[in-house]
Amino acid sequence: MAAVTQPRNRRPIYEHSRIPQPTPSVLTTSEELRATGDIMTVNFGPNHPSTHGVLRLIVDLYGEDVTGLEAVVGYLHTGFEKNMEQKTWWKCITYPERIDYVSFQNNEYVFVAAVEKLLALEIPAKATWMRTLLCELNRIHSHLVWLGTSALELGAISMFWYAFRERDLVLDLFELVTGERMHTRYFQVGGLAEDIPRGFYPEARKFCEWMPKAIDDYETLLTRNKIWLERTQGIGLLSADDAIALGQSGPVLRGSGVDWDIRKDEPYLAYHQVDFRVPVYPEGDVYARYRVHMDEMRESVRIVDQCLDRLEDMEGEPWIADDRKVVLPPREELHTSMESLIHHFKIVTEGFRVPEGEAYVAIESPRGELGCYICSDGGPKPWRVKFRAPSFVALEAAATMMQGALIADMIAAVGSLDTVMGEVDR
Amino acid sequence: MSDFDAVPGLVEVNDAHGETTIVVEREHLAGAAAHLRDEHGFNFLSDITAVDYLGWGDAGVSGYIGTPAGRDLNTPMTQGYQALPQAKPKRFAMNYHLLALRERPRRVRLQTWVGEDEAVATVIGVWPTADFHEREAFDMMGIGIDGHPNLKRILLDDDWDGHPLRKDYPLGGEPVRFSDAV
Repeated sequence: MAAVTQPRNRRPIYEHSRIPQPTPSVLTTSEELRATGDIMTVNFGPNHPSTHGVLRLIVDLYGEDVTGLEAVVGYLHTGFEKNMEQKTWWKCITYPERIDYVSFQNNEYVFVAAVEKLLALEIPAKATWMRTLLCELNRIHSHLVWLGTSALELGAISMFWYAFRERDLVLDLFELVTGERMHTRYFQVGGLAEDIPRGFYPEARKFCEWMPKAIDDYETLLTRNKIWLERTQGIGLLSADDAIALGQSGPVLRGSGVDWDIRKDEPYLAYHQVDFRVPVYPEGDVYARYRVHMDEMRESVRIVDQCLDRLEDMEGEPWIADDRKVVLPPREELHTSMESLIHHFKIVTEGFRVPEGEAYVAIESPRGELGCYICSDGGPKPWRVKFRAPSFVALEAAATMMQGALIADMIAAVGSLDTVMGEVDR
Repeated sequence: MSDFDAVPGLVEVNDAHGETTIVVEREHLAGAAAHLRDEHGFNFLSDITAVDYLGWGDAGVSGYIGTPAGRDLNTPMTQGYQALPQAKPKRFAMNYHLLALRERPRRVRLQTWVGEDEAVATVIGVWPTADFHEREAFDMMGIGIDGHPNLKRILLDDDWDGHPLRKDYPLGGEPVRFSDAV
């Protein structure tokens, strides 16, 4: 099956598939090589500064060449999905944020969107635009964390400080809107938890003005940096066909030349009403993934800017749907209206009920396709919640990318997958 | 009727919430998967989800609200409920969320029903990405995967007892070693 759009007149990244057989996620050392007696098996992790958490890689080395690789995960398993089955729908919203603690806002949205799909709930325009805005701010935040830590691992220590400086600006904006820097729980089923506070728009505008300059700074430091190019170009190769077969998504897929972005191809929220470009780089190496990340940050700033244009005209509009069976009534009504008090009491104690059925919602999180499957038995609690975690799938590609690579390049290659171990292990 | 009449082992095609679900017989799962990839262009496997429908159709299964006796940690939720959820053909469902990654994308859910102690065939040969997902279904839900080259637990320890996402898995009461010894 050919990829969506393979740019013409370009050589393929490599001929034929490199996915290991028979297990796609395990690279095994050949018997001949093992017979030489020179194979050294190294346990890389689970506690290693460059594993972004607790990832364990069992690596077979022949000199400095990686001949075998197996990823062992599960060290951060916390049973989120089981826990969510014991909570009412509206109490579950805090869980997805903590699954991927770097792209919390997108995770929160995908769960809320799945519940809204089963409820067939209409969302006010203001909430839709604000959700789009916060998801994009969150994308910038997530990419900055990736950029800072990945560059740090390859020796570009100063990048870490620069990236985390701007990350703090994003977190300040989240704090301004929601009261929390991370894990905001700002999205409710039906809209937003509270109205957008006064003073947010000018602060966000300031950020939008500043951020492109900051990205220019990063690119000055890295994009044509000799050491950075040597460490990233031609490293961790993944062809378009292999990337699709391995279920890769997000920057990894777009770095392999596949023009696929759910925001563009299956639009949700307000993405069909904003103007943005989907960066695609055909080289399929770590450098291509780096370029995708950088370009996406620029596009995210543009989207935030366009969201602000719309939101500034929506002063006084509702920020949450008016469905009293699902949405908490306005606080001030509780003093005067018996019905509101009853609704409030029912939703808080028992929770709202979601019709029987199942739904799958997929969005473009900073890491790729983030899916949420929910199944309801008609009660106030989920019967089953499952997250399609892009990081979990990304780790499957590590074995394919590391064929014939050096141990030092493994840091760059695995880092470029942008895995968050909280999401891998859930 | 529908586009999917030629899928091997087809049981039914459902449309709900704007999503298409193709239900196939368990024995024909691998054939149906290959057919959907080759004939309909579903080249991308997003996700595999196993669901345990224990108790559906027998009693009100959800809605733990509270009883005078408190909360029974060892049986699935059985508190009273007005409407019974619809009974399912078998206890477990395996859901394969597929995506046709092309100019005009399309998503479907391939579904098959699995009884206790039954296994499904692996789809690694169709979509290599199924590797981790199938191991997760085995680990968390105890679904057997026939033909998987590396079927072992993925998220839990290798010596873990039971499959935690099953509905009859105890919620509390950690086993205490030697507690039965005198």
